[in-house]
Amino acid sequence: MRYLPLTQADRASMLETIGAGSVDDLYCDVPEGALLKEPVDLPHHLGEMQVERDMAKLAAKNMGTASAPSFLGAGAYRHHVPATVDYIIQRGEFLTAYTPYQPEIAQGTLQYLFEFQTQVASITNMDVANASMWDGATSCAEAVLMACRATRRKKAVLSGGLHPHYREVTETYCQYSDTQVAGRDGHPEHQATADELDDLIDDQTACVVVQYPDVFGRLDDHTKLAEACHAKGALLVVVFTEAVAFGAIKSPGSFGADIVCGEGQSIGNALGYGGPYVGLFATTSKLVRQMPGRLCGETVDQDGKRGFVLTLSTREQHIRREKATSNICTNSGLCSLAFTVHMSLLGEDGYRKLAAINHERAVKTADALEGVAGVEVVNDSFFNEFTVKLSKPAAEVVEALVARGIMGGVPLSRLYPNRDDLGAFMLVAATETNTDEDIAALAAALKEVLA
Amino acid sequence: MTFQTHTGNRGLVLEEKLIFEQGEAGRSGVDLPDPAPVKSRLGGLARDENSEIGLPGLSEPQVVRHFTRLSQKNFGIDSGFFPLGSCTMKHNPRLNEKVARLPGIADLHPMQPESTVQGALELMDQCAHWLLVLTGMPAVAMSPASGAQGELCGMMAIRAALDARGENRRRVLVPESAHGTNPATAAACGFTVDSIPATADGRVDLAAFEAKLGDDVAGIMLTNPNTCGLFERDVRKIADLVHAAGGYFYCDGANFNAIVGRVRPADLGVDAMHINLHKTFSTPHGGGGPGSGPVVFSEALAPFAPIPYVVKTENGFHLVETADEQDGKKPFGRLKGFHGQMGMFVRALSYMKSHGADGLRQASGDAVLNANYLLARLKTKLSVAYPGYCMHEALFDDDFLKGTGVSTLDLAKAIIDEGFHPMTMYFPLVVHGALLIEPTETETKESIDQFCDAVLSLVAKAEAGDSEFFKNAPYLTPRRRLDETAAARKPVLRWSPANA
Amino acid sequence: MAKKFSKEHEWLEIDGDVATVGITDHAQQALGDIVYVELPEVGKKLAKDGDAAVVESVKAASDVYAPVDGEIVEANEELDANPALVNESPENDGWFFKIKITDASQLDDLMDEAGYKAFVEGLED
Repeated sequence: MRYLPLTQADRASMLETIGAGSVDDLYCDVPEGALLKEPVDLPHHLGEMQVERDMAKLAAKNMGTASAPSFLGAGAYRHHVPATVDYIIQRGEFLTAYTPYQPEIAQGTLQYLFEFQTQVASITNMDVANASMWDGATSCAEAVLMACRATRRKKAVLSGGLHPHYREVTETYCQYSDTQVAGRDGHPEHQATADELDDLIDDQTACVVVQYPDVFGRLDDHTKLAEACHAKGALLVVVFTEAVAFGAIKSPGSFGADIVCGEGQSIGNALGYGGPYVGLFATTSKLVRQMPGRLCGETVDQDGKRGFVLTLSTREQHIRREKATSNICTNSGLCSLAFTVHMSLLGEDGYRKLAAINHERAVKTADALEGVAGVEVVNDSFFNEFTVKLSKPAAEVVEALVARGIMGGVPLSRLYPNRDDLGAFMLVAATETNTDEDIAALAAALKEVLA
Repeated sequence: MTFQTHTGNRGLVLEEKLIFEQGEAGRSGVDLPDPAPVKSRLGGLARDENSEIGLPGLSEPQVVRHFTRLSQKNFGIDSGFFPLGSCTMKHNPRLNEKVARLPGIADLHPMQPESTVQGALELMDQCAHWLLVLTGMPAVAMSPASGAQGELCGMMAIRAALDARGENRRRVLVPESAHGTNPATAAACGFTVDSIPATADGRVDLAAFEAKLGDDVAGIMLTNPNTCGLFERDVRKIADLVHAAGGYFYCDGANFNAIVGRVRPADLGVDAMHINLHKTFSTPHGGGGPGSGPVVFSEALAPFAPIPYVVKTENGFHLVETADEQDGKKPFGRLKGFHGQMGMFVRALSYMKSHGADGLRQASGDAVLNANYLLARLKTKLSVAYPGYCMHEALFDDDFLKGTGVSTLDLAKAIIDEGFHPMTMYFPLVVHGALLIEPTETETKESIDQFCDAVLSLVAKAEAGDSEFFKNAPYLTPRRRLDETAAARKPVLRWSPANA
Repeated sequence: MAKKFSKEHEWLEIDGDVATVGITDHAQQALGDIVYVELPEVGKKLAKDGDAAVVESVKAASDVYAPVDGEIVEANEELDANPALVNESPENDGWFFKIKITDASQLDDLMDEAGYKAFVEGLED
C-alpha cells in the first residue's frame, strides 16, 4: 500500500524489540470476540489511477456551475478565485500543519491569522475579529450564545430576513440551553423594519439578529434598530452571507452593531457543494473576552522580535472545560487562508471594484428579467441578489430551466418547504462570473418557460 | 557563526512584514474590467467613496512571495516527523486534493436542483456506507463540521431521545482524562458534568463509575481508545451498565484510527460516535481546520439524527432537508448551513478507496506497531505513565525529568531544534507533565529511530545538568520563545496604523 | 482593622461592615503571571462560596469565591488596565473587590495571619 512505508522485515524486527508475537497481541485489551480476524466487507485497495477514475465518474454525473450559466446564491456565491489562492493553500507547510500550538514553528499560520483578523475587522468596520468559525450559520448561532453570556439574558429576536438555515442552526444550538428564540416569518414583499421588531425587544432580550443584505437580497439601514436595542440593553447582531458586499455598501459597524458575523466563502473559497466554508466573526473591543473561537495576538519573542501567538485561551474548552465560551476546538484554518490570500490580491481597489461589478451584473440581470412577461422583480434595493415573483411555481420553473442548460435561481420553496405563500418566488444572484450572454440566455429561457 | 545581517534575514530564514506594511494605494493583484455605468439600486446604502476600508494594495508577485515566505516559517507533516499525540498527523495524499478539485465537485452549488447533483449525493452515500460498515452501526449523520460539532450532534441526539422518553436525566459521566470539548459539549446541551476517576492503569474506574450511575444519568462520554492511548478493556461492561441504568453511551471517536478495520464500535455497545475525518481518514489539518465529524448512531438514537440526510429512492438519491417529511424520523434540528463538509467527504472517500478494507486494517495495525515500538525504545529512559502495550500513541509523565530543572515544555522546545514537531504536552491533564507521542502509520522505522535517538540524547543532556540550555531553547527557529503573558495582558488582535 | 484569611487563599481586610478582598501572595505565586481578572459587578449580591471573580493566567482560569455573604460595593478597576498588580502587590494595590458583609458571624470561620501561615505550610508537606 503506497501510503504505508513499513516492510515485513521492519514489522518483524519492531515486534521483536517490543517483545510481542504479533500485531494482534498489541490489541490484547479488546474484549473477547470483538477483534476482527479478517478485513470488513468493503472493496480492497486500489491504485491511484483507479481511484481517480472512480471519483471522476461520480463527478461526471453532476452538472457543475462552471459548465452552465448559473444564477444561484442563497448563502453561497460563485466567484472567480485567482490561481494564486489555490497554489498557496496547497503548499504543504500550510496544508499539512496543525493548530499553531508551537508558535516558534508556526509563525506562518499565526501571521496570516493576524492578517485575516485584521481584514475581517476592516471590511465589517469592527474593532476585532477572531480566527474564524465553521461557517456563517454556526457563527450566527455562536453570536446569539455570546450575546446571552454578555448580557446575562436568555432571549434572542431573529429577523424574518435571516437565512432559514441560519435560523434553524441558531434554534438548534439554543434549544437545550433555555434560550428563547423569538421572531417573525419573513416575506419578500414585506420589508422587516426596525419598527416591526421593536415590540419584540424587551428587558429580557439579549440580542436582535438581522441579515444585511437580507435573505431576499434587500438592504436596510439598521442604525435605528441598533439604537432601539441599546436602549433596552440588548445587542445588535448583524449577519451576512455575501462578504463581497461590503466593498459597495455601508459597513455593519457603521450602524452601531455589537457583533457582525457571517459567511466568508465568497472570497477565496470554492462552492464545493456547501462546504467547507469559513465563518467570519467580529465584535467590539469591549466584548472580546466573551468571543468564541481562536484568537491570534501580537507579542515579542525572547530576542525582542515581533511574533504572534494564540491568545486569550482561557475562554476556550481546553482550559475552561464546561465553563468555556464555546465547545469549538479549532477554526476553519485553510479556508481562512484562502480568504486572506484572495483579499490580499484584491486590496482596497480590487475589493471595491469587484463589489461594483457584482452590483452592475445584478442590475443588468434585474433589468433583463423585468422585460420578461410573468417575471416581477420584488426588491426595491439589492446588492448582487434579488427576489423575483414568477407567474408559475418557481420550483417547476427552475427544473424547466435546468432542462435548457441553465441554473436560473433558488426557489424559495427549497428554503421554506412549509410556506405555501412563497411558492412563486425565486432568488436570483449575479456575480462577476455572469456574462452578458448568460443574462440574455436566462431571460430568453424564462420567456419560453413562462409563456 | 553568529553575526547580524543588514536585512535581518538569515539565509533561507527570511523576515516578512505584514501585508498592511507593504501595501501601496493604486496597486492590485487582480485585473478586473471597469463595470458599465448603471443606476445604483443599493437603496441609498452605497459605501462612502472617500472612506477607506483599510486594505493594502499588493501586486500578484508580492502576494505570492509574502505567503511563500510565511509558509517557510511553518512545520507540516510534509516537512517532517510530527508526533502530536491525539491529533493524528499522518500523510495527506495529494490525490485527495486533486479529486476534490474536479469539475463537477468543486463547482457544485449547494442549492442546485437534485437532478443536477446525483453524483454528489451518491458520493455522500458511498462515504456514509464505508463509515457504516467500518463501525458496524446502522445510521450516520454526515453534516457535523468537526469533531467538536460531532460531539454536539451525538449529545443533542441523546438529549432528544431522553426528551422523547419524557425523562429529565441531566447528569453526564465524563472521565477526568477526557478532552476539554467533552465537558464543554455536555454543558452546551444542558447537561451537568460528573467526573469519573481513573484507575492506576489509566482506565475508567469501573467501581467508581458504577457507584455514580442513577436514574438521573443521561449517559457517559467515553473516549476509546482513551486519551491516554489505551483501550478501555471494560468498555463492554461500561456499555451494559449504562444501558441497564437507562443511559446512553457516547463514544468520542477521536482515536478511531487505532482500531479502524479491526474493531467495530457497534460490537462494543456504542450508541453514538463521531469520526474525525481529518484524523482517521487523513483529510488535511490545514493549520487548524476545516475538519469534518460525521456521527454514527445505534438504532436507539438514529431517528433523532439532524437534517439534512441522503436517502436512496426509486428515482435516485434524495436529500432530506426538512423535518416534516413523513419518514418517521424525529431530527433534533440542523447543525450547519447546507449539507456538511462535502470537500472532506470527497477526500475521505478517496483515501478509503485507496486503502480498501485490507489497507485500512494494515494502517491501524502499523499505527499501533509504530507507537509500541517508540514506547519500547523510549521507556528505557522516559517514565511510562501506565504499564502495558499502548494503542496508537505512547504516554509518558515527567517523572524522568525530576531533579533536572528541565520541564516537559523545555524538552519540547529542544526537540524543535532537532527538526521535529514536538509531542502533545500537558494533555491528558491526569498525567503530570504529560508527553503524548503519536507517530502514525505513515512514518518509517528510520524516522522513529531518529526521533527516539534525539530524545534520548536530550534526556542524557538534561540528566547531565545542562538546564540552562533547555530553558532557552529553541535557538534555531524563525522566532524564539514568545511572550504569551504580554500577549494576553494587553491583547493586540489586529494591525492598525496607530500601533504600526 | 482586622485581616483574615480563607482556605481558598483569599485575604479580607475588615473595616466596619465592609471587607476588602484579594488573593494572597501564596496564591499569586502559585498562579504565575496574572493576565486578567474578571471582577463582579457593583451591587451584585453573593452568598458565601459563590463565584465572585475569575483570575486568569496564560494557561489557567481559577474561580475566586465569596468568603462571606454580602453585596459588592466596589471593584478594583485598576486591574483591568494592569492585571500585573496582582503579582506585584497582591495584598495591597492588587485587591479585587469590596463586599458589604451581611453576616459578621461568618468571619469567625476565617483564619488570622498566623493561622493562614500554618495552613499554607501544612499544604507544602
